[in-house]
Amino acid sequence: MEPLFAAAPYTGYVYPNETVFPWGVLIVVYPYLTGLVAGAFTVSSLYQVFGLKQLRPVAHLALVTSLCCMIFVPSPLLLHLGHPERAFNAVFTPHWSSAMAMFGYFAGFYIILLVIETWFVFRPYMVQQAQARKDLLGRLYHVACLGSHDLSEKAMRFDQKCIFALAIIGIPGAHGLHGYVGFIFGSLKSREWWSSDLMPVIFLFSAIISGVALLIVLYVLSCALRRVAVDIPCLKGMGYTLWGFVMVTLLLEGVEFGAMMYKGREGIDMIVLFVTSRLVIPFFVLQFTIGAVMPILILSYMFWRGTTGRALVLGILISALLVMFNVIMMRFNVVIGGQEISKTGKGLLTFPWEIFGREGVLAATGVLIAPFILLLVVIRLLPPWEDTIHHEEKALA
Amino acid sequence: MDEKEQFGERQAARRSFLECLGATVAAGAAAVATGAVLPKETQAAASAAPAPAIPGYDWDKHQWAFGVDATKCIGCLRCVEACKVENDVAPDAHHFRTWVERYVQLEGEEKAQIDSQADPVNIEASGSEGKYRFANRYKDEKVDKAFFVPKLCNHCTHPACVQVCPTGATFKTEDGVVVIDHTYCIGCQYCVQACPYGARFFNEKLKVTDKCTWCYHRITKGLLPACVEVCPVGARVFGDRNDRQSAISQFIKNNRVEVLRPETGNAPNVFYVGIDKEVS
Repeated sequence: MEPLFAAAPYTGYVYPNETVFPWGVLIVVYPYLTGLVAGAFTVSSLYQVFGLKQLRPVAHLALVTSLCCMIFVPSPLLLHLGHPERAFNAVFTPHWSSAMAMFGYFAGFYIILLVIETWFVFRPYMVQQAQARKDLLGRLYHVACLGSHDLSEKAMRFDQKCIFALAIIGIPGAHGLHGYVGFIFGSLKSREWWSSDLMPVIFLFSAIISGVALLIVLYVLSCALRRVAVDIPCLKGMGYTLWGFVMVTLLLEGVEFGAMMYKGREGIDMIVLFVTSRLVIPFFVLQFTIGAVMPILILSYMFWRGTTGRALVLGILISALLVMFNVIMMRFNVVIGGQEISKTGKGLLTFPWEIFGREGVLAATGVLIAPFILLLVVIRLLPPWEDTIHHEEKALA
Repeated sequence: MDEKEQFGERQAARRSFLECLGATVAAGAAAVATGAVLPKETQAAASAAPAPAIPGYDWDKHQWAFGVDATKCIGCLRCVEACKVENDVAPDAHHFRTWVERYVQLEGEEKAQIDSQADPVNIEASGSEGKYRFANRYKDEKVDKAFFVPKLCNHCTHPACVQVCPTGATFKTEDGVVVIDHTYCIGCQYCVQACPYGARFFNEKLKVTDKCTWCYHRITKGLLPACVEVCPVGARVFGDRNDRQSAISQFIKNNRVEVLRPETGNAPNVFYVGIDKEVS
């Protein structure tokens, strides 16, 4: 039988109750997923709201990616809860002073918004499919149109207005959802490693870079699988976006880390010991050097040299993969790292890895993969590719 | 009501002298809980909650507080044992409603050596995680000073744990005790993270968070918390601050007391005497 809990080994003095970690790898996955949602939505908004037309080939892919990730955002939380069947207690009788009580509202609001925006974006495609197909799928598209089959210029203009409005509402929605995740950590005064006013902003920017990076990877992968050429201006646009946001994220993380060290409040000795021993590999090597500095160097070099073609695609793809790795390491170093530093300020704990079990690495990996399996299904039903949807939009117009 | 019955069963199973009154106490506690889970601000939650239906008990008339005289504690750990038994706490080295820390300042060393009964060396000395004793590990050392510090939930006036609870399952009662409704807690453990004192833990059996309640089921019947009851040296003091003659009122009046981590703003209600700079 699996033991009820895994006790963490420690050095120095830690409170007896601290030897069982309250939050495990599922809570690493949770902010990572919400980050992907917010980041992917940002890409979609850059096109829909801010008029970055070169991002057109990925705008709709960004939207469905955001939706697929968002659907799975509650799953790591539900797997973590001691009583998942009581999860709605926080929604029906929320305790207003708790940041966590807002999750149900933020998540619920945001899922609805994403579903409505996706419906508007894909309505022309669904109408066209409902008319063209006579099979079961055709009937499904027919139902999904909700009786709205009008594709006249007036109707399309109305749709565009709705999409624009939803995208505008979605920006604070997506970023609020993720900023609040940062607040959950940053507002706790019990842990020096978390307790920072910059935490929500850092979470937000790291969310954006993870979403942009994910979109780069998905776009390049989809082009390879669909055997179509990568739209270089689009990819380059995302590359620039990634480069800029990674720079800001690095700056913010540096400021936060520097401020914590400089202020040197109670317990700093243990944090310094932690940073210079246990954190060297996961933080300085993996998160900072490989995950952030390397992609910045690669992107800077390519933009400086004017690299193009296959080399540019490969370079941006590698940078994006590194940035995605950077963000998951950041989430890990925050969530797990914070708990490895004892609240006593006089000891360090070692996270006890769990592979199997409800909160193990396998479950967390499953939660992380699930949105992309859903995405595979969704893109078959609602192809977000420019050559299908925009072509059809044009043809219908 | 199911909640009341469940709570009552747990209460009744603890001790024989609780059997006849267990259900009544449970009914009261459940009533408190049901009232306080409504969406209200931390402070408002307690004031608006219906009073517990405990015969002869009016929670508006009490303001409980706890005192620890570290100069008296001998580290016998009877309090830890009594608490585990009284409150059905898992008999292992990772779940405690109360614990005792030992601070030993060795000659020539800058910082004190700190351990608790949960330290592997002490467990080895006791022979089991369910038995508690401090090993005589410093017998060959030159000790400048040494003392014990009993720890427990501070039942803060501004409890960070209550602030972060997403459902209101944990709340502060009108008589000053921070409690958890085990039938409403979702087990997210945000409160465990928020407590700066490490006083909360996850109850693996009930799948909810757990902590010291100052033995609410006892104090509402005029009894002392189990740890206070068994302390052989009077290192633990408990009482009603509304009563100027109570043990705790006298303790606070006659001593220069301090609280742990005042900088958090939590305003603890466990008052200490005789602790040193390193205790937090």
